[in-house]
Amino acid sequence: MQVRLALPIGQLQDSTAALLKEAGFAIGDYREGSRSYRPRCEAFPGLFTKVFHEKDIAIQVAIGNYDVGICRLDWVEELLAKYHSDAVVKVGALGYGKRSLYAVAASSSEAKSLEAIRSRSESLRIVSEYPNLAESFALKQRLRRFQIFPAWGAAGVYPPENAELAIVAETSSNRLREQGLVPVATILESSACLVANRNSLEGKDLSQLLAALSRADVGDIDVEEAGGGGAAAGAQRSAIGEPVVSLALPDGHQQPHTVDFLNRAGLKIDGYNVGRPTARPRIGVDGVTVKVIRPQDMPLQVANGNFDLAITGRDWLRDHRFRFPSSPVEELLQLGFGKVRIVAVVTQDMSVSSTDDLRKLKRDSVLRVASEYVNIADKYAHDNHLTPCKIVPTWGASEAFLPEDADVLIENTETGSTIAEHNLKIIDTLFESSACLIGNTEAMGRLDKREKISHLVEAMRRGIEAHPHS
Amino acid sequence: MKVPRCKGTRDLLPQDMAKFRRIEAEFRNCCLGWGYQEIRTPILEYLHLFTSAGTLSPDMLGRVYSFLDWDGWSGERVVLRPDGTIPAARLYVENFQNLPIAKLFYVENMFAFEGTGKESRERWQCGAELIGGSKPEGDVELLSLALEAIARLGIDPVEIRLAHAGLLRTFLEGLGLSGEQEAEVLDQIFSGNVDVLVDIKGGNPELEKQLQLLFGMKGSSPGFVENLRSVCAPLLPALEPSLNELARIASLLTGLGFGYGIDFTSGRGFEYYTGIIFGFYSSGRRLGGGGRYDELIPLVGGGSVCASGFALYVDELMDLVKETPRRERILVKAKGAEGLRDSLEVAWLLRGAGYIAEFDLGYKETSDFRWIVVMRGGEGIELIDQLSGKKRRKSSPAELLRFLEEAGCK
Repeated sequence: MQVRLALPIGQLQDSTAALLKEAGFAIGDYREGSRSYRPRCEAFPGLFTKVFHEKDIAIQVAIGNYDVGICRLDWVEELLAKYHSDAVVKVGALGYGKRSLYAVAASSSEAKSLEAIRSRSESLRIVSEYPNLAESFALKQRLRRFQIFPAWGAAGVYPPENAELAIVAETSSNRLREQGLVPVATILESSACLVANRNSLEGKDLSQLLAALSRADVGDIDVEEAGGGGAAAGAQRSAIGEPVVSLALPDGHQQPHTVDFLNRAGLKIDGYNVGRPTARPRIGVDGVTVKVIRPQDMPLQVANGNFDLAITGRDWLRDHRFRFPSSPVEELLQLGFGKVRIVAVVTQDMSVSSTDDLRKLKRDSVLRVASEYVNIADKYAHDNHLTPCKIVPTWGASEAFLPEDADVLIENTETGSTIAEHNLKIIDTLFESSACLIGNTEAMGRLDKREKISHLVEAMRRGIEAHPHS
Repeated sequence: MKVPRCKGTRDLLPQDMAKFRRIEAEFRNCCLGWGYQEIRTPILEYLHLFTSAGTLSPDMLGRVYSFLDWDGWSGERVVLRPDGTIPAARLYVENFQNLPIAKLFYVENMFAFEGTGKESRERWQCGAELIGGSKPEGDVELLSLALEAIARLGIDPVEIRLAHAGLLRTFLEGLGLSGEQEAEVLDQIFSGNVDVLVDIKGGNPELEKQLQLLFGMKGSSPGFVENLRSVCAPLLPALEPSLNELARIASLLTGLGFGYGIDFTSGRGFEYYTGIIFGFYSSGRRLGGGGRYDELIPLVGGGSVCASGFALYVDELMDLVKETPRRERILVKAKGAEGLRDSLEVAWLLRGAGYIAEFDLGYKETSDFRWIVVMRGGEGIELIDQLSGKKRRKSSPAELLRFLEEAGCK
C-alpha cells in the first residue's frame, strides 16, 4: 500500500530533511535548492513523496491527494478559517519552524491598539498572505467596516500608507520592531506540524511513518529569512497636504531587469539594488515615493488607489482584469523586458497536442487545471469549453502538480526548458507577456498628480527608446 | 455526465410549491389586513451592513456567503442576504425615516452556510417589521399577527415562549464579566446554547445563583414576572425597566386570552435584540420568532427609532401545512379542425369559471381526470363523467358550466 507524503519547499526544507533522516526516512535529493519535485526514499519504496509550497500542503492533504503532510500550522489554520472542514487532522507539532502570526500596525501609526482600531469609523484596510485569517480576525474584533487585500508577499511593507494593519508571520515581536512594525494582537503561535487526512488516518496504516516522525526531534536549522525592511526602513512620509505620487517596483525575478531599465530611463533609485532591495527605496524625484512589493499584487493595489503607478507583468494585469473587468487600471507602457509566454501544459504521457484535443478527450472525471493565474486559467477553461473542470490554485512549484494532482497547468515560460525537464509538454500558447507600467486612471486625471505622473511616464518612455530591443 | 444539484440546496417540486404559495398567500393577506405594506430587498448587500457591531454575531458572520463582486477590487465584500430584518432596516432608513411609523412585511430567502450539506443553505422567511413604535402594544400586535397567520394555515396548537434580551444583558453586566466574555456568552445564548450559563464565573456569586434560577424556571403568568421582581430586583435594580416591559406584555397577552410560557432558555435570536424575544412552537418545531430591536436603526445609519419584528420559517411551516384543495381539472378533447376552434373557446370559458382546463395532447392519462369534454365541431358538447361512466350532451358552454356547478365541482 502506497503512503503519500507532501513535503514543504523553502524555509522548512532543511529542518524537515533532518527530521526525516533522524526518523529513518532519509529522502535523497530533498534539500533547499534542489529541483526535484518527487524525491525518493530508498529505504521505503512504498512511500511516495512530493514537494509543494507550504500553503498548498494543507489543501492537498484536506482534499485527500496526500495522506500526510508537513507544513506550518498557520497555513492549516488559514485553510480552516474559511473552510470549516474536519478533513485535516493536526497530528502534532514538530518543534521547529516556530513563528507567530501577528496583526501589526506601523510604529508611526496612531492606532496601535485593538481599542483604537475598533473605534475607527472609516474602513480599515488589512493586507495579508492569510486573507481568511485576516477576515476572521476582523469579524472577531467586530470591526464595523474593513477591506481585506490578499497579498502574495511583503505584507509588512504596506502599513501605514497602504493599509492600517497587516497580518504577518514573524519569529519574534522584536523582528517586527526592527521593521518599524508593532504587534496589535497575536493571532496564533505556529510551528511546523504534521497533518494527516482524516480518511487516511481512519482507513490506512500510516503508523510506521507517524510514529517515527513523532519520535524524531530536530531543532531549527538556520535559514536566511526573506523579507525585512518594513515600515521603518526609510519610511517616506511626505509633509501633510503635499501631493505624492506612489510607484510600486517589483521584487523577485523581475527586479534585475527593472534596475537596468530604470538606469536607462535616468531614474536614479537608492536602495533598489540587485540582491536584497529595501522595502522603500528612494527615488530622486520630488514628491514621488517608492515601495517594493510583489508584482502579482500590483494591479489590485493600483486599482484600489494604494499606488498610482507600478511596474508589473502583463500576465498579472490580465489576470486582474479577468476578475475585475471594470477595474480602473490601465497599461501605460510596454517596457519590453521580462518576456515570457503563458502556456497550457500537460504531461508528456497525455495523448493530446492541442487544447482542441483536450476538449475532445474522453474523460470520466473532472478536468483539473492548476495555475498561479487563477483567473486566466478559469477563462481558458471557459473559452475552450473544457467542461466539467475545476481550477486548482497554486502558490509556486506548480510543475509538481502534474500529473498526479492536476491534468493541465497554466504557467509562464521563458525558454520551455523547465517544462521539458519535468517531463511536460506545451499544448497551447495563450499569450505573450512582458513587463509593463500600469497606472490608476483616476490618479492620472487628478490635477495634483498629473504632472508628476507624466514626468515619470516620459522618463520611462525614453528608457524604452534608449534600448528598444531589450 | 449527470450534473448533480449543488450541495446544500433543495428543489421545490409542484407539491412543495403548492404549500409554499399557500403559506405566502395567507401571510400576505394577514399582513395586508393589518395595514402592513410589502417590500422586497435585494439578494446582494454589502457585508459591512451586517458587520456593524451588534447586528449579527461573529458565529453567523462566519457562515455568510460573502464574495468580491466584479468591481470588488477595493476589497469591499458583498453577501447573499443572511437575514431579513437588517436589510429592511436599511430600506427604512433610505425611504421612510420621515414617517412616524412604518409597518413593513416581506417574503424573502436567506442564505447561511451549513457544514454537512444535508440541510438547505437557503431558507425562506415571511417577516414583518413594525418600525417607529416603542410600546409593548406593538410587540403584542406583531405576536397576534403571527398567530393569526399560523392559525389560517390550520396549524394548531401553537405555543408562545417569551424571553427578554434586555433582562439577560443586564444580568450579565451585573455579573461583572468582561466585555468580550459577555459578548461570547450572549452569542452562545442567542445561538440556542444555554448550557454556557452553567460555567459562568463572574464576580457576583449571589447573582449567579439568581441567574441559574431564572434559567431553571418557566412562568406562565404576569405573577411570575412579579415573583422575579421581588427576588432579583433588590440585588440588581437595573433590571426594573426590563421587568416592567415583560410584565406589561405578559398582562396584555393574558388579557387577550393567549397562553404563553416565560422561558429564558428560549431566548434564541439575534444579537440586535434589545427587549422582548418571542418564539412560536408547534409539534416540537420552532416555527418562527421575533423580538424588539431598538438599537438597530441607529446602527445602520438612521435616527433613534425603536422597532420590533418577527419572521416565520417557511421551510418549517411547509412540513406542517396541507396543500390547498386543488381546483377541478377538466380534460378538453378536440375532434377535427372545427372541434379545435370550439375547444379553445370552451377551455377559455372553463378557466374563467375557475376550473383547470387542459388540452388533450395525447400523452396524458385520461384516468387523471374525472371530467372529459369532447368538442366535435357543430355537434354540441359531449361531457364524460369518468366516475360514473355516464356520457351527456350539452347544447352550449353555458349549459355545460351550469351542469358542472350543480354537480358540485367548485
